[in-house]
Amino acid sequence: MGRKLLIHNDKIPNIQTLDVYRSHGGYASVEKALKTMTPDQVTDEVKKSGLRGRGGAGFPTGLKWSFLAKPEGVPRYLVCNADESEPGTFKDRYLMEVIPHALIEGMITSSYALGAKISYIYIRGEYFYVARIVEKALEEAYAAGLLGKNILGTDFSHDCYVQVGGGAYICGEETALLESLEGKRGNPRIKPPFPAVAGLWGCPTVVNNVETIAAVCPIVNMGGEEYAKIGIGKSTGTKLISASGHINKPGVYEIELGVPVEEFIYSEEYCGGIRNGKKMKAVVAGGSSVPILPTELILKTAKGEPRLMTYESLGDGGFQTGTMLGSGGFIVMDEDTSIVKNLFTFTRFYHHESCGQCSPCREGTGWMEKILKKFLNGTAEESDVELLWDIQSKIEGKTICPLGEAAAWPVAAAIRHFKQEFLDVARSKKFVDVSHYNRLNKIVA
Amino acid sequence: MGAQVHGTQPFDASKRAEIKFNEVAMATVQKIISHYPEGKQKSALLPILHIAQAEFGGWLSPEVMDYVAEVLKIKSIEVFEVASFYTMYHLKPVGKCVIEVCQTSSCWLSGAEDIIKHIEKKLNIKVGETSRDGMFTLKTAECLGSCGTAPMAQVGASYHENLTYEKVDALLEKYKSEGKLRSYTDLDYNNTL
Repeated sequence: MGRKLLIHNDKIPNIQTLDVYRSHGGYASVEKALKTMTPDQVTDEVKKSGLRGRGGAGFPTGLKWSFLAKPEGVPRYLVCNADESEPGTFKDRYLMEVIPHALIEGMITSSYALGAKISYIYIRGEYFYVARIVEKALEEAYAAGLLGKNILGTDFSHDCYVQVGGGAYICGEETALLESLEGKRGNPRIKPPFPAVAGLWGCPTVVNNVETIAAVCPIVNMGGEEYAKIGIGKSTGTKLISASGHINKPGVYEIELGVPVEEFIYSEEYCGGIRNGKKMKAVVAGGSSVPILPTELILKTAKGEPRLMTYESLGDGGFQTGTMLGSGGFIVMDEDTSIVKNLFTFTRFYHHESCGQCSPCREGTGWMEKILKKFLNGTAEESDVELLWDIQSKIEGKTICPLGEAAAWPVAAAIRHFKQEFLDVARSKKFVDVSHYNRLNKIVA
Repeated sequence: MGAQVHGTQPFDASKRAEIKFNEVAMATVQKIISHYPEGKQKSALLPILHIAQAEFGGWLSPEVMDYVAEVLKIKSIEVFEVASFYTMYHLKPVGKCVIEVCQTSSCWLSGAEDIIKHIEKKLNIKVGETSRDGMFTLKTAECLGSCGTAPMAQVGASYHENLTYEKVDALLEKYKSEGKLRSYTDLDYNNTL
């Protein structure tokens, strides 16, 4: 069994209440940080921990914090990105729903480190009921003196609020999120300036993912160096993985970074192998944006080494033979799955979610969806495979925000690793959706 | 003013005067506004649009958007440009229960298309349409973060997961017999169904 630091208490009855959460060691990091550490010492522990942003980009959190501008007399903000929308990802929802105080504890401790007097938790609108749970937990925290004026009798005062979104994937991009938090359309901003200098209402702001903020608690409690001992190399600590698709045990798993992919998929501790005794065909390891890999490349690197659940190992081989850990949205597909149709669902998603600011993304995602639809209705030509490749290559790197890349990468990877399947569908002039056939009834049975 | 601003539905000045948050809703609105620094009340727009949608019939008419603009002391166009950007705001009338079935990868892999077809057949409508009795509108949605419990559908604040035909039938029956308007802001969400 690997160590768990974030959801180790998830099965304890009523852990979502403050009393139970505190009786199991909750809010220890607030006590420790506010009473025995300076804000800079907290930041130093986060730096030492090697914690990397858990939303998908994997940027070192301590470094991000150290970029925060601190001009005199200007408020600073911490904003939690709970706009979890990357297809295949549902870990933040689980964490907030089951242990909401873990996030609030992290918000207080992190805000203390950053000198933020106000913080916001921006939760995607569809998670309205989750926002209710977090709001209730906030009320409890206020009543217990963990939020508001002079927290636990110290000089530190802090207010934390929840804001719900309106349904837009793009608001997971931090500058779009800030726009949305300001009551505007979620159009990403051109960077620089980065939010650390000019973020919410033009003030210095740190935007961190739910899991990242929750991870600050164990880091403060155990010390950054201890935390860094978990994991391998630059992939330190634990990570929540959202496992879905054709596996026996879908759900949220906390792993120590470094677990072999094969163990994660097949062991009873985690996914429990492929459903219905089928063989595995492909895996999307880190949310819909990251390159899909066929079985042989997800289990082993091109060099033949076992692939591990780390930022580095999943990235081994670059996009030619590797992928990314991303958000940890781990989607497994069995041998009957049509890669063409799965790609269609991804591309439809990106077309739907493009904010429309940049032409390559706004137009390109729509063109790709249209072309993939031709594959599904049997009117695609072989040359459409090249056309798809051409379009995706002209989106990547040509947009304000990374949604362009997120839309291009899945298309590129599907063609790179499964080109024959696309050609076969185009040649046969007929698409037979084996993957979809009676899928639902099989589950029921 | 409204007619020029809001393109989708005509602005009806006679209806505009009737629109006003009740006391409870207004208290919630004021509380939300207080979460932001003075002068930044526009930030409250997204949450307040959710409340407005729930309070005024499940959709945002031009008159309602005009009213929200007045409450927040911003221009009507600022409300409309936001309402038209985000998928959760309905700019046209919808049924009392909007059923949103997730159709992205993991849900598709687990049979979302079958669920959609089943609901279409049951309600005798297509995706995007509203049933004759005005009870249900069927929509598809992009990833709702329920991938491990696919297939799923959202109705108001409730997440209905691990769907089967039988579950869907029971849900439709339940919502129909209740006959209530379902909103994202509902406090009585029930995810266990």
